[in-house]
Amino acid sequence: MEQKNTFNFKEIQAREERLAPGHRMCAGCGGTIAVRNVLKALHPGDKAVIGNATGCLEVSSFMYPYTAYEDSYIHNAFENAGATLSGVETAYKALKKRGKISDEYKFITFGGDGGTYDIGFQSLSGAMERGHDMVYVCYDNGAYMNTGVQRSSATPMFADTTTTPSGKESDGKMQSRKDLASIIAAHNVPYVAQTTFISNMRDLYLKAEKAIYTPGAAFLNILAPCPRGWKYDTPDIIDICKLAVETCYWPLFEVIDGKWILSYKPKKKLPLEDFLKKQGRFKHLFKPGNEHLIAQFQEEVDKRWEELLIRCGENYLSK
Amino acid sequence: MAIKERMSGNEAVAHAIKQINPDVMPAFPITPSTEIPQFVSTMIANGEIDTEFIPVESEHSSMSAAIGAEAAGARTLTATSSCGLALMWEVLYVAASNRLPLMMEVVNRALSGPININAEHSDSMGARDSGWIQIYAENNQEVYDNTIQAYRISEHKDVMLPIMICQDGFITSHAVENITLIEDEPVKKFVGTYEPEHYLLNAQEKMSVGPYAISSYCMEAKRAQAEGMRNAKKVILDVAKEFEAISGRSYGFFEEYQLEDAEYAIVAIGSVCGTIKDAIDKMRSEGKKVGLLKVRVFRPFPGEEMAEALKSCKAIAIMDRCEGYNSVGGPLGAELTAALYRAKSTAETVNIIYGLSGRDVKTSDVEDVYDKLQTLAAGEDLFGEYPYLGLRSAE
Repeated sequence: MEQKNTFNFKEIQAREERLAPGHRMCAGCGGTIAVRNVLKALHPGDKAVIGNATGCLEVSSFMYPYTAYEDSYIHNAFENAGATLSGVETAYKALKKRGKISDEYKFITFGGDGGTYDIGFQSLSGAMERGHDMVYVCYDNGAYMNTGVQRSSATPMFADTTTTPSGKESDGKMQSRKDLASIIAAHNVPYVAQTTFISNMRDLYLKAEKAIYTPGAAFLNILAPCPRGWKYDTPDIIDICKLAVETCYWPLFEVIDGKWILSYKPKKKLPLEDFLKKQGRFKHLFKPGNEHLIAQFQEEVDKRWEELLIRCGENYLSK
Repeated sequence: MAIKERMSGNEAVAHAIKQINPDVMPAFPITPSTEIPQFVSTMIANGEIDTEFIPVESEHSSMSAAIGAEAAGARTLTATSSCGLALMWEVLYVAASNRLPLMMEVVNRALSGPININAEHSDSMGARDSGWIQIYAENNQEVYDNTIQAYRISEHKDVMLPIMICQDGFITSHAVENITLIEDEPVKKFVGTYEPEHYLLNAQEKMSVGPYAISSYCMEAKRAQAEGMRNAKKVILDVAKEFEAISGRSYGFFEEYQLEDAEYAIVAIGSVCGTIKDAIDKMRSEGKKVGLLKVRVFRPFPGEEMAEALKSCKAIAIMDRCEGYNSVGGPLGAELTAALYRAKSTAETVNIIYGLSGRDVKTSDVEDVYDKLQTLAAGEDLFGEYPYLGLRSAE
């Protein structure tokens, strides 16, 4: 197992693309950035089978008779990416044991938050609990984007979606988002991490590499903005991801063999408003008289951040 | 050398699995098929086979993992019943449309509700249009023999479709009967090894499975799949012939019992056929021209061949252990009636629902059906509209 924990931006970006151009994902799609960069963490020459839950990524990257995948790839259905890759990984063990194949393979599957937090939750939980040697990567854009921006359990509080529209009698989604990374960490798998697109992708790369090269089940949760669902100018994606981290809405952390490690602690935690105001889905929160909604959301973010600091053994009083 | 044994239907299946030693088996327990993964797990624990077992968290995941394993290049099987099969429904179609020749042991049981664990064909009949080959058994011997033949049919290059090997819950799955087993070596030689043409773990050729396709391609893909099912007819008969050479037991699409000169016939599937044969033996000794067509292969549907075998009959009772909720009868009734019509049959037909949720069928019930068929051929319908066999009356 090679885990260098080093990051050479030029070398890594010069690696061959394993998600070929020509797929039909939207311009500026966060999901695509997530997939490309996770696949870059596969060491050149290493073989892999890529899995995929039904979603934007699947219907846009493997449209018959074209595939964007340079590796072997399998899509089965919406709610079973975990189980499907369990089967592939087990077949690998069986065929290897019987001397039918000799090459080394890695197993990585991608799902959106719909296929991961919600409809595919059971299948994911089963695969993680059984400890298959695989990585499940959730590209979390916080709603069912493929069907036109319906709320999911990953959707942040008060977001305007097509099934939680803001209106005279509605402030958007009433519930706060499910903390899936914590739930998967509670499966006692060897590696769980949360990341997003920050500056030169160092954080994402190192976590993807660890996830892929740690034996056993690993889970990676990547905040991957969707320009259509979040309603922002596509060039702003990296700024938005940065603000998600600097406001502590989306903290970066790892859980390695049960040990919680904070990857980044902002020097000065920015107010949540900075993250919200760039996105059309939170526009209604900035209407006069709705200040209490932002305050409520801020309170939720603060509470979770403090819990995380405690878990990571950080001095939360110095927040 | 044939081996005389006594075992239940589930044990017979487990014995066949042991002889085949497949690569991967994902499964989730559900009565009455639970014993199959239990037996397999025990055989693995005892070092008798080295199949990789995946203890999945649901039947949906069991079929999903089976699809992944088979696509990866592994010979794969699973087992289920009733609601477990219903939970798999979505992915049954995925298995078939991806042309993955995996095997599933289906121990037939009623679908809810009311929740009931006994024999009924509503589970596999509900999946009859999912693109799977379906082969049914009357007893433990047949389910053993069908299991041994399964991969030879499903993996044939002209077929490449998944296959269900069905038997009746409890009636055959749990009843211990005499059985003649084949020795390990001839079975292994007959089944052979699985050499897939394309698979995910082929280092020489990468592969993408499960595309999105627009309307320009879908219809052709579905027709190609349908051709695989049509081709299965010849393959099923060829494999049966080869199987006869190692076992001495002969199989076709269906079994004809006293059918050649029969004027009154019953068409049925599964364990009830043993009861029907007993009734026939008794009635034949009384000089009555009664016979049975026992359906073995339901998918592909051998309608033309069945109509031909029934051509001398004056009246035919088509028996369904499954309610179709279409207000007229069951699936075998609908499909066979259509086949008889196409064959320009002039026989009187009646579709009878029987044995739901394990309701017992006695030889006297069967004799009554034959008597009423005779009356029906003579122009009087004593069955009444929408007949149920053995239904308790309101009074």
